Amino acid sequence: MTGRRWVIQLLCVLVSLFMAVPIYLITLAALSSRESLDRFPLPLLPTSLSGETMTTFLRSTGVVGGLINSITIGLSTVVLSLAIGLPAGYALARYAFRGKDAYQIGLLLTRALPIVVLSVPLGRTFLDLGLYDTTYGVTLLHTALALPTTILITSAIFLGVPPEQEEAAMIFGASPLVAFVRVVLPQALPGIAASALFTFVLSWNEVLGASILTLGRRTLPAQLLATLADSPLAFRFAGGLALVLPALIFIAIVRRYLLNMWGTTLR
Amino acid sequence: MRKLWLILPSIVFMTALFAWPLVSGVLQAFSGSGTFRRMVDDPYFWEAARNTALLIVALIPLQFALAVTMALLMREKPRFAGLHFYLWVVPLAISDLAAGLVWLSIFTDRGYLNSILEKAGVESYAWLSVENPSTMFLAVLIAELWRATALVFVIVVAGLQNVPREYDEAAAVFGATYWQRLRHVILPQLKPSLQVALILRTILALEAFAVAQALTGRSFPLLVGETYQWYYTLQNPNVATAIALVVLTLSIVASIGYLRLMRP
Repeated sequence: MTGRRWVIQLLCVLVSLFMAVPIYLITLAALSSRESLDRFPLPLLPTSLSGETMTTFLRSTGVVGGLINSITIGLSTVVLSLAIGLPAGYALARYAFRGKDAYQIGLLLTRALPIVVLSVPLGRTFLDLGLYDTTYGVTLLHTALALPTTILITSAIFLGVPPEQEEAAMIFGASPLVAFVRVVLPQALPGIAASALFTFVLSWNEVLGASILTLGRRTLPAQLLATLADSPLAFRFAGGLALVLPALIFIAIVRRYLLNMWGTTLR
Repeated sequence: MRKLWLILPSIVFMTALFAWPLVSGVLQAFSGSGTFRRMVDDPYFWEAARNTALLIVALIPLQFALAVTMALLMREKPRFAGLHFYLWVVPLAISDLAAGLVWLSIFTDRGYLNSILEKAGVESYAWLSVENPSTMFLAVLIAELWRATALVFVIVVAGLQNVPREYDEAAAVFGATYWQRLRHVILPQLKPSLQVALILRTILALEAFAVAQALTGRSFPLLVGETYQWYYTLQNPNVATAIALVVLTLSIVASIGYLRLMRP
């Protein structure tokens, strides 16, 4: 039996190494000086750490702008998808209505739609509406991508708050809105925050739609993709680290909610 | 009446940004004469179709074997389970472009893999060169395995939580070996989760492109990457949409195929 435990431990360590070593290496590459990146073989230990590669990356054209666009679009997407998704998630959790099943199936079906199918026609429409190459246009697309998930996650969260508490508040004279804000919202807040982070990461990572809908106001990934072929390796490594860092932080925060978000709700 | 106002904005929004572009995309692809002709006349299209198919056929079985193994390992409650779990799910939040850049640092000519080989006294190898299509494919495969297995893992772990341990233990009491329990007790109950994961992963694998772009440029074209090329470099949105519709059709066909195949 102990032999079996050893095999399990060993396999776990091997999988962890497979996941962690590439992240270690991209971090090492992005934090190495230009000079040590030119060396071959590359040092495998952090012996000559320097911020040079990262600073050069941040000073390159379009990077800080892309960073600002990415953050602006990410935050706007969070706000917009919560503004539209929270009420719908609440209604889904609390009320029975005609067409509820069709509505839920419709939400799930949107996941089968490749982003490209939406982006190209949207690009044409946005051109007519003056939304092409704006952060608003990309925000709309990202909200459309995040909305089904937001609705399904928030409805699962609201299902976990007993409706009796809300009814009790209303018996004591609170309006439905006050009852929601004072009674339901505080209990649902951690879950909503996790769903908001999920939305932000989705927007942060999305590259194809953002590339198609913009020309000058690119997000960071779109900027990286557009300049991929003509940029030096050091630039690409620094860009890789810049894209990976939020993922490390995000997963550390929402670990507790992961199984619900990706595992069950997303079915 | 109140519930209508809660739900209506989402319906309007989804119609405007999902249903409408879909319809107008179909119309757009079929309006220009010869759009599909141009698509199939482009040699890159067939290469991209072949690569996408190869990648999916090689990736999905590997990925599911790895994810189920990982989930079963987690079920044994190893030491440092929290740390392992964190590392195993981190790629969930990593985009395919980022994954491509991460593995570029390893597979590029003067990258980490060749550095390790050099230190071991083995000659460097051009992993990502057009001359070596098989290692190029392997690099994209490994990068995708690294990035996207986490999604399957999480779905399988969530599914395993619904498998009562008693069944498993009962089978063990009656002398079933681990493999027999896996084959006849655990896996059958995981079927719904595996089905969901299979559909989701195939759809997402059809959409992968930036990982190959970051690793190989256009040397290893994938279907969605070709829409990007047609739209961006060749400035032809009609052909781009036509390829997108091919991807959509493949997604739908794959989903229906799985649903039929795994029907109880």
